[in-house]
Amino acid sequence: MTAHAEGDRPGEQGASHTYDNVTCPFCGLLCDDLQVTRTGSTLKVSNGCPRATAGFQRPLPPAKPLVRDREVSFEEAVQAAAGLIRQAKLPLYGGMASDVAGARAVLSIADRTCGVLDHALSEGQYRNFRVVQTSGWIMSTLTEVRNRADLLLIVATDVHKLHGRFFDRIVTNPHSMFEGVANKRTVVFIGEGLDTSAATGPRIEEVITLPVAKDRIPEVLAAISARVRGFPVPPPEAPEAPPAKRGGLFSALMPAVRSSSSTPAHEIAGVPFAGIDAIAEKCKKAKYGVMVWAPPALSMPQADLTVHLMTEIVRELNLHTRFAGLSLGGNEGAPSAASTCTWQTGFPLRVSFANGSPEYDSYRYNVSRMIDEGEGDLLLWVASIGTDIGLPQTKVPTVVLGTPGVRLAQPPTVYIPVGTPGIDHRGQMVRCDNVVSLPLKNLGRSQLPSAATVLAAIEAAL
Amino acid sequence: MMIKLTGGKVYDPANNINGEVRDIYVADGRIVAHAPEARIDKEYDVRGRVVMAGAIDPHTHIGGGKVTIARTLMPEDHEKDEVAHTALTRAGTGHALPSTMITGYRYAEMGYTACFEPAMLPANARQAHMELADTPLLDKGAFVMLGSDDLMLRMISGKTSFEEIKDYIAWTMHAAQAIAVKVVNPGGISAFKFNQRKLDLDEKHVYYGITPRDIILTLARGLLELGVTHPLHVHGCNLGIPGNVETTLATIRATEGLPLHLTHIQFHSYATEGDRHFSSGAVQIADLLTKYPHISIDVGQVMFGQTCTASGDSMRQYNGSKNADPKRWVVMDIECDAGCGVVPFRYRDKSYVHALQWAIGLETFLLCEDPWRIFLTTDHPNGAPFYTYPHLIRLLMDRGFRRETMQRVNQDALKYSTLPMLEREYSLYEIAVLTRAGPARSLGLKDLGHIGPGARGDITVYKDDANRETMFTTPELVFKNGELIVRDGKVIKVVNGATHVVRPEYNRSIEKPLKDYFDRYHTVRMENFRLSDDEIIDGGRGEIIVQPTRSRASS
Repeated sequence: MTAHAEGDRPGEQGASHTYDNVTCPFCGLLCDDLQVTRTGSTLKVSNGCPRATAGFQRPLPPAKPLVRDREVSFEEAVQAAAGLIRQAKLPLYGGMASDVAGARAVLSIADRTCGVLDHALSEGQYRNFRVVQTSGWIMSTLTEVRNRADLLLIVATDVHKLHGRFFDRIVTNPHSMFEGVANKRTVVFIGEGLDTSAATGPRIEEVITLPVAKDRIPEVLAAISARVRGFPVPPPEAPEAPPAKRGGLFSALMPAVRSSSSTPAHEIAGVPFAGIDAIAEKCKKAKYGVMVWAPPALSMPQADLTVHLMTEIVRELNLHTRFAGLSLGGNEGAPSAASTCTWQTGFPLRVSFANGSPEYDSYRYNVSRMIDEGEGDLLLWVASIGTDIGLPQTKVPTVVLGTPGVRLAQPPTVYIPVGTPGIDHRGQMVRCDNVVSLPLKNLGRSQLPSAATVLAAIEAAL
Repeated sequence: MMIKLTGGKVYDPANNINGEVRDIYVADGRIVAHAPEARIDKEYDVRGRVVMAGAIDPHTHIGGGKVTIARTLMPEDHEKDEVAHTALTRAGTGHALPSTMITGYRYAEMGYTACFEPAMLPANARQAHMELADTPLLDKGAFVMLGSDDLMLRMISGKTSFEEIKDYIAWTMHAAQAIAVKVVNPGGISAFKFNQRKLDLDEKHVYYGITPRDIILTLARGLLELGVTHPLHVHGCNLGIPGNVETTLATIRATEGLPLHLTHIQFHSYATEGDRHFSSGAVQIADLLTKYPHISIDVGQVMFGQTCTASGDSMRQYNGSKNADPKRWVVMDIECDAGCGVVPFRYRDKSYVHALQWAIGLETFLLCEDPWRIFLTTDHPNGAPFYTYPHLIRLLMDRGFRRETMQRVNQDALKYSTLPMLEREYSLYEIAVLTRAGPARSLGLKDLGHIGPGARGDITVYKDDANRETMFTTPELVFKNGELIVRDGKVIKVVNGATHVVRPEYNRSIEKPLKDYFDRYHTVRMENFRLSDDEIIDGGRGEIIVQPTRSRASS
């Protein structure tokens, strides 16, 4: 509650202060080269992407702790929250949009109160976790790709829209470390309506676009996979078409079969065989190819199988050359929540402490499913970063620790305004590649407490 | 607050005390000499008990990205060992890849009070320290990895001045908050990114044109001249390859008198005799070690059962992925800095290869005569989880038990090892060297690993049980900084340990080329790459202890 800005000096209330090397908490890339100037409680970003600029520069509406819409003191709100948690038999801890300290605090109180915890965006993360927990993968990280990649396949993801500086920092960067390696890059976009405009400049040798509808991307990937393995597409003697009822999963796995029967010959999902062949050849010839996706963008059915297809292509290519995956996304502190939960419990989110020990079930303890199906009898929701991760609709009492202005589907039973890590208080966050973590500064915008501080106060009041 | 432990049999090799009955006094967290006038606030009668310093694990993978990847990979392994919270302790999971809190509790319950994470990537240092911060009851520290990072390879191949290379080593130790430096498959992790699939000691890196020998010598000499106590911690080339004993012997000879620590040497001691071209090279290693007194080793003992290997050696782990059990694994190229490979593994006593690995480890322990130069490790979790240590200690101390155990393993394997012929039994004094005094001396921990006046009050009291496994599994009392934290093998108080680092001298002007490098090539700013003291101290939750270094020298 008493956080003071680093760089704040008494008597300088109206003066401007400029912060360098500022880490941005608003997407999973955690760009850390921002320059932010604060005047009073107003921030101005000089080199942010649109998302960063909107996030830092959003005017902070005034906010007070509320209990049933009535303004109360911080202490009263904490007591009210603790009272609701004490009464709950199965408290749900959701949102989890915070930094590592926030994740630690959620884990601590969930453990103590035998609750269930999950992150608001874990549905996307689970498209990856299911693959890791069944077959593993070969992956790379941002700096490695920036310096080494000569081929990028961007799959089903509008990267430029999601991560405004990805191309600038990772793909079209003027310098790379290895002379004669990755001086020129080929970028392949697989998917409909992807913004390719940022893939330009002297480093870009070629841009290939396969505007495939999202639900047919698995077919194209499967065909690339077959060609990379040296199998013909379609097989020389196509087997009989499978019965129509074997749709969904089966057809996603057997696209060559489906295409041979349901589409005119010589193309898959509108991509000519020659185009598939060309991509497969480029993959095989790449010295360091990278398959890029953001799991939240993979909204096709059984998206984990799509991730699996990509990682299996990568695995096959590594028999002869080097190839790796790069997973983006990771907004709203999702990697921080998942990593912290994993090192503290062994499991990446969707953990229940109901019987005292961590029990993991990625379907059963999906908090958004639990809310939809009326499970649990209290929801504590943390949304300290963006305003979009708002409280979902629920009939149970709710405690919201939210940034002022956070979207709420209904008035919460208890609302306690909290600061944003990297703006109102310092912190640490884990980047989308799950390797690098960054420090976040206190830019002194407000005196709002961190979610971790509030959670600790609630836990102390139990 | 003065406490007294009365009448225990004390094994304190750092102070040459071998089983003598002594009283130990602790005041305000530290061991003190007996002062007759002092008032004793609390006395523990430990007559007939064995008293040692808190144990130190100098090489255990307990924190950082690859451990958390391994945790993610193996949910079914955690489900074997889910641990409920108590009024005092947090919930978590155990078995091969324990969660951070459970790691702290279980080490302490086994009498350990300090553990060192040996493979912290500079790019992942912040996370490694965050995980160590969530590991209670233990003092901790981490070895930072260098030698496959592109900057070091550029410096060596570009003939950067040696003083500047030393500055970079020292800067990295500060930035990553490290106590030592480790090199893993020197240059090989980087070579793998250029699609090289093996890199022998004198084989050239395809891009940089330098060899692992160049890298090892540069780093070893650099650390020596920087005055860092722990010598370069080497995970050598060719891990796991039959015949790699020759590489290991060549690495030892290459040191030309420079100090070096060869880690998990069991994995690097394979010869090629027999029908299967896989046999023990432990005798050759032990022989050569007698001639190279500056070389120390730890074993990386294999124990049978399910585990998960987690290593920075992406090149060798990729190769080993075909043996993954269960069949799932992760390999990563990381930040032009390092890499990692996580491969689950099940060691089976009836397997020729696994039984031979087990035998080679034990042979190494029994053949190396100087206990001050060999440390007791399983390279947790790579050879086995750390909770197998009491079983390992019994194998070393109890010849009869060892023979009995040998009957259950693949008998063909024993024909290619000298283990069946070795009669040696370790003494309690020697075990105290292996698990306390030796690691403390090697890491330069001035006030840990012994219980002479001035030491931290980290003390373990055991019942003197003829079954050494029972004895070492469940200590009667464990003190951390003079506070009783474990009684009868159960945590009774939770405290946080400190983080040990060293701060060798460097010239600040190194930050100019470093900043240029980060700005041009990296995705993290140099200023943010560096982990600040405040991030570890975290408002008083953590503590940093700077261990001394010798003054910097130049050759």
